[in-house]
Amino acid sequence: MSKELMTPETFLTKKYGIDSHSVEKAMTGFLRGKVDYADLYFEYVLHDALGLEEGLVKTASRNIGHGVGVRAISGDKTGYAYSDEISLNQIQLAAKTASFIASGSGNSAIVPLRKIARPKSDLYPVETYPTDVPIEARIRLLDKIDKMARDYDPRIKNVLASLSSEFRLILIITSEGLVIGDVQPLYRLNITCIAEDNGNRQSGSYGGGGRIGFPFFFEENRYILYTRKAARQAITNLEAVNTPAGTMDVVLGPGWPGILLHEAVGHGLEADFNRKKTSAFTGLIGKKVASELCTVIDDGTIPQRRGSINIDDEGTETQRTVLIENGVLKGYLQDRLNARLMNMPLTGNGRRESYAHPPMPRMTNTFLLPGETPPVDIIRSVRKGLYAVAFGGGQVDITNGKFVFTASEAYLIENGKVTTPVRGATLIGNGPDILKHVSMVGNDMELDAGVGTCGKDGQSVPVGVGMPTIKIDGITVGGTG
Amino acid sequence: MDINIDTARELLEKAKKRGATEGDIIIVEGELSSVQVRLSAIEKITDSRFKTLGLRLFFDKRSAITSTSDFSSDSLDRLIEDTCSMAKLTASDEYAGLPLRQYGQFGIKSKDLEVYDDYVHSLSIEEMIEGAKEAEAAAFRYDPRITNSDSSDFTKRYTHVIYANTNGSSGDYRTSLFSLSVTPVAAMNGQMQRDYWSSTKRRFNQLDKPAHVGEVAAMRTVRRLGAKKVHTQRAPVVFDPETASSLLGNLCIALSGHSLYKGASFLLGMLNKQIASPDVTIYDDGTIPWGIGSRPLDAEGVPTRKTTIVEKGVLTSYLLDSYSARKLNLASTGNASRSPGEPPVAAPTNFYLAPGNHSPSDIIKSVDSGLYVTELIGFGFNPITGDYSRGAVGVWIENGELTYPVEEITIAGNIKEMLMQIEMVGNDLDFRQKICSPTIKIERLTIAGH
Repeated sequence: MSKELMTPETFLTKKYGIDSHSVEKAMTGFLRGKVDYADLYFEYVLHDALGLEEGLVKTASRNIGHGVGVRAISGDKTGYAYSDEISLNQIQLAAKTASFIASGSGNSAIVPLRKIARPKSDLYPVETYPTDVPIEARIRLLDKIDKMARDYDPRIKNVLASLSSEFRLILIITSEGLVIGDVQPLYRLNITCIAEDNGNRQSGSYGGGGRIGFPFFFEENRYILYTRKAARQAITNLEAVNTPAGTMDVVLGPGWPGILLHEAVGHGLEADFNRKKTSAFTGLIGKKVASELCTVIDDGTIPQRRGSINIDDEGTETQRTVLIENGVLKGYLQDRLNARLMNMPLTGNGRRESYAHPPMPRMTNTFLLPGETPPVDIIRSVRKGLYAVAFGGGQVDITNGKFVFTASEAYLIENGKVTTPVRGATLIGNGPDILKHVSMVGNDMELDAGVGTCGKDGQSVPVGVGMPTIKIDGITVGGTG
Repeated sequence: MDINIDTARELLEKAKKRGATEGDIIIVEGELSSVQVRLSAIEKITDSRFKTLGLRLFFDKRSAITSTSDFSSDSLDRLIEDTCSMAKLTASDEYAGLPLRQYGQFGIKSKDLEVYDDYVHSLSIEEMIEGAKEAEAAAFRYDPRITNSDSSDFTKRYTHVIYANTNGSSGDYRTSLFSLSVTPVAAMNGQMQRDYWSSTKRRFNQLDKPAHVGEVAAMRTVRRLGAKKVHTQRAPVVFDPETASSLLGNLCIALSGHSLYKGASFLLGMLNKQIASPDVTIYDDGTIPWGIGSRPLDAEGVPTRKTTIVEKGVLTSYLLDSYSARKLNLASTGNASRSPGEPPVAAPTNFYLAPGNHSPSDIIKSVDSGLYVTELIGFGFNPITGDYSRGAVGVWIENGELTYPVEEITIAGNIKEMLMQIEMVGNDLDFRQKICSPTIKIERLTIAGH
């Protein structure tokens, strides 16, 4: 697999012997005059997974996926069909199924297809695609990590490290004549250390990645940093005590704790829930939903980030969208269907897991802009509370707005000082309220290291989050102490 | 290209000619259709066919796995080549390999194990739309406070699995699955709540009536209106069957042979020891007729079976595939599970807590002041330590009666103690999903609120 062989321009003709003229004919035959909008989403994905455990890269795997998804929209109805065989025949079959929903009253005449376009700029040019880097080199990286983690402390008893490398080529053809493609490289490196001391077993995890080339992991000693952070967290957790339970002041560290924004705010601002009026944020545009220290952005255009994409999965260029500005709710995240039905502009947030799924509004990189307070001053201001620096997953109930997320590394704050590590802290709050309790925002804005995956309605997509250090006055902490 | 067991065997022969010492192939193909209805109108219809082939090859103790949805013979030849060259680069692992025992050819037909209702091919999109509409309408009829709907979904799935390995084990089987779910939204005094209910069955005529699914969904949704926080305290917690099943799901992670040999389970070294109260008996049974987790053979060709996991509180077995079994010096329990392109893991089939003698209402009556939990959110479970802390929704119990709804609280404890503290087990086991439990009562957990 090399760059020369596989580009959005040559993808259909060279690999499948299909020219765009016959695609146009196939689509026209079934869809003309019957639907408002239709699109084809072609995808070819190579995904390699290497995993190390007990000091060995025991197995390597490579998955090849390809297929085409056909969508027809008529009013607010969507018809979707996909096939993992790319041929004219299958496209026609899928188009027939997708147009089952057509009422016959649609108004789109399919316009002639334009020449295949590429996005205006490339946010993630790479020398060598992730799946083209020799497997040996990738295995060597994991071996180094294993050794380094074990050298960190003799109490590190096992290291689980994995590297996922992906090459994704997409080509989108719409009934409006748009033909656009993109190639999206993606790496994710994950490290988990298991520490053991006198029968007490704890773990620590860290990782990073993005739409980058392989050298990224070696620049600025990143892989060394990731490894040390995972090892240090496991060792720290050996000393951890139970988390106190109840409502208290919480300081969230910079970077990954930005998952707060993703769960508490981001999902509730996805257009589908707001069109259906099932979001706790429904009808709150222009209203104050956060303290004026808070400005929340979703931005799919940050170079090399895991959540970035040149175009979304409907061919729309991505952008920087202000969700909350100085505490006031400004906008939603849109895909084509919902933007049209709500009569609002596209934001480039129509994303899907693969050709097997229709697109929906999804986040890209979601973060809080920095404030002016030095982080030490924020911690110093808390008499008794919690300082959380790393999180596992989170979840939100869109309709009542309640969200949770669980810390994987957290400490007590006593009299303005970070003291004892605690384990298993879960934070729970109300999305439309929680940012109103943000009383301090640090000047240390960071994006996460690039391992986030968001799940919605059974579809997973890579995302990013970010945040400076912030202080929340009073949030419920679920612990046992 | 039409694929069957013979094609799989031929591919394995080709791989052996290229030097592979062992290998297996799993092919998963099928059809998936779903309809989504909202406010009585069609919102989305999807229809698809899928197929994936997974190839695992061993070169003595080195291995690699590949998968593809491209079944052209060119592509399959290249897949064999890629797998061979990747396998040679991985580390030698003395425990690697196929299951040692040969199980021969199963040639499983639908009648041998009841998992396949061929009505899956006849059920029309129109009937599915009707079912989804009816369920949603029943939810609206149930209570005027149901004012909106997220959606009502009807899905059918047909799957055909083919397995073959170089030890001479092979088999194929077909399954069907029908599922109807409704997510109504209720509103009162500016507060909005949603909940859901579903029915999932392998056999169409066992599926709950759409009106019933809609009514239960509506009942669960309106029950949440007016929810508030409670004070931070330690109190008894009654898990309804849905949330108790989720707790069993957490337990499954710690029971998996893969968590155990990696040292990532709090159950390490606990075999034949008391891990739960004597009221607790748990089975994993892959042979239950029409069970959602039933299948004749696991993802390595090992026949499924009924395994006692916990007997009267004593841990009697882990969940094992052949690799984790060898690592732990035990035998496979037929729990290998895999997506075609990934190494097998050990996962439950039909995993359930055996019913006890108490009716759910007796269990609630036994609580003076405590929580009846109906939904859990978040990922606050650590299988290494057993630490458990999750967001909870439910109804507060006062003097043995369900009173007002509660939300924005967490329940926390350690699953090691929680299992020992299971005081009562309900008689209301219903095989609604792969992992099932009756109502259970846990003596005391920490509830965090205001």
